[in-house]
Amino acid sequence: MSLSEDDVKRIARLARLEIGAGDAPRYAHDLSAILAFVEQMGAVDTAAVTPMAHPLDAVQRLREDAVTEGDARAAFQAVAPRVERGLYLVPRVIE
Amino acid sequence: MEWEAVIGLETHVQLLTKSKIFSGASTAYGAEPNTQACAVDLGLPGVLPVLNREAVRLAVKLGLAIGATIQPRSVFARKNYFYPDLPKGYQISQYELPIVSDGRLEILPEGAAAKTVTIVRAHLEEDAGKSLHEDFHGMSGIDLNRAGTPLLEIVTAPDLRSAAEAVAYLKKLHTLVRYLEVSDGNMQEGSFRCDANVSVRPRGHEKLGTRTELKNLNSFRFVERAIEFEIERQIEVLEGGGTIAQETRLYDPDRHETRSMRSKEEAYDYRYFPDPDLLPVVLDEAFIEAVRGTLPELPDARRERFARDYGLSAYEAEVLTASRELADYYEEAVRASGNAKLSAHFVMGDILGALNKEGREISAAPVGPALLGGLIRRIDDNTISGKLAKQVFESMWAGEGDADAVIAKKGLRQITDSGAIEQAVDQVLAANPQQVEQFRAGKDKVLGFLVGQIMKATQGKANPAQVNELLLKKLKG
Repeated sequence: MSLSEDDVKRIARLARLEIGAGDAPRYAHDLSAILAFVEQMGAVDTAAVTPMAHPLDAVQRLREDAVTEGDARAAFQAVAPRVERGLYLVPRVIE
Repeated sequence: MEWEAVIGLETHVQLLTKSKIFSGASTAYGAEPNTQACAVDLGLPGVLPVLNREAVRLAVKLGLAIGATIQPRSVFARKNYFYPDLPKGYQISQYELPIVSDGRLEILPEGAAAKTVTIVRAHLEEDAGKSLHEDFHGMSGIDLNRAGTPLLEIVTAPDLRSAAEAVAYLKKLHTLVRYLEVSDGNMQEGSFRCDANVSVRPRGHEKLGTRTELKNLNSFRFVERAIEFEIERQIEVLEGGGTIAQETRLYDPDRHETRSMRSKEEAYDYRYFPDPDLLPVVLDEAFIEAVRGTLPELPDARRERFARDYGLSAYEAEVLTASRELADYYEEAVRASGNAKLSAHFVMGDILGALNKEGREISAAPVGPALLGGLIRRIDDNTISGKLAKQVFESMWAGEGDADAVIAKKGLRQITDSGAIEQAVDQVLAANPQQVEQFRAGKDKVLGFLVGQIMKATQGKANPAQVNELLLKKLKG
């Protein structure tokens, strides 16, 4: 599988990464090489293998439904860049 | 050309837990911003999510109630996207292996045939926070209290064919989650939110048209209006030779229209993958059976039982089982009064009428089922007439005491003493010789007038059956 420059630009936008104008061809080449490397696994017959959801052979422990965390807003907001009226302020987002 | 609409619904139901799905922060509604957002909810480095047992239990409960398959093994996945009210940069959800799959719900749309809607899946996920776009010096404010609140997303197959069917399904689901106490279903507070996938195709065609997704449907009325609008819009575009863009559209209730929300270029790619912070959820038979043991009588079964055991019409049974609280109230009133029909009459008429007028819930009714039962017993034992019962009811509603207290205080006890009634009958007959003549000449209609006069003379307290009997005896005698 090989990625086009447009694929690279799209992936970069989804990941919010800034890629230099001239860098896309190099990333396309390198990422394609990685995918080609992984693609070798396609040769293995996995028809009888259950997809692995987690490398540990264990089961999720469940927690009792109880409120154990109190209000620690002051502590959390002490390290936030900007807050107002209890809210975290971020650059404006409107869809 | 004749068009057919095809609709599928995704409903986000907030599960009724005390704490969040992966943290011990409170889920209570209405707290000061960010006072219920802990390190896990904020996505701070180094924290780990731990799954809430109650959220799992409630998902299983809903699954069992819709006859679905409860997956013995389900997996949490990360759904990746960037938005400031999603601090981790991903939402923990379930993707390939949801906890509930293949259920069904039977609906009865108004004036249409019953229909079974397939529920493809229901999966557990966490809610995001809330963004406030009002002006904070050109910035947005973020409240993360809601982040991490447990949701069950319930997804139907594209089985629905009209806005009315969509609403019937949602109302049914809403009743069910409240019956099960899986969710409080509060739509104003966002505990029950719906997105609709809508497309149209020429009637008779198999192939589905391109669909749009409608968001922001936070009331049954908006769901109906938004879907109706969107169906019309799509038909208009197609008949004008255009094509439908696959996109998300937002319903604007003020303008009654849907608007494109995200352009195609911005199409999301969520890049789901299993969340390495969470292990597969494995449920054994004992857990599932324990949950099954907690299922209450379901609304459909209860409706049928009401019709059968209490001799109610289909309509009465439907209204009285609209919520578990109302159905419980009715059954307690029947037990207290011993009269199912009159109880239905009062609950559906006076009680629901008064609640509706005051915008109150049945749990806040000032006349509880025991009090109502007391009133009905006084009608049944002829202490008061049905007509006066209304007056007594109003006083009880105003907090003037139980039926016996109000009857005594206002002197409303029905006159069953035949001597007293006879006296009133004689008076009225003497005062209306003309009408008496007319009756004897064969004009039966004046009987009603005479009864009315006698009731008036006794301030409505005479027993109507006795009045009729005595009156006829005197007129014919």
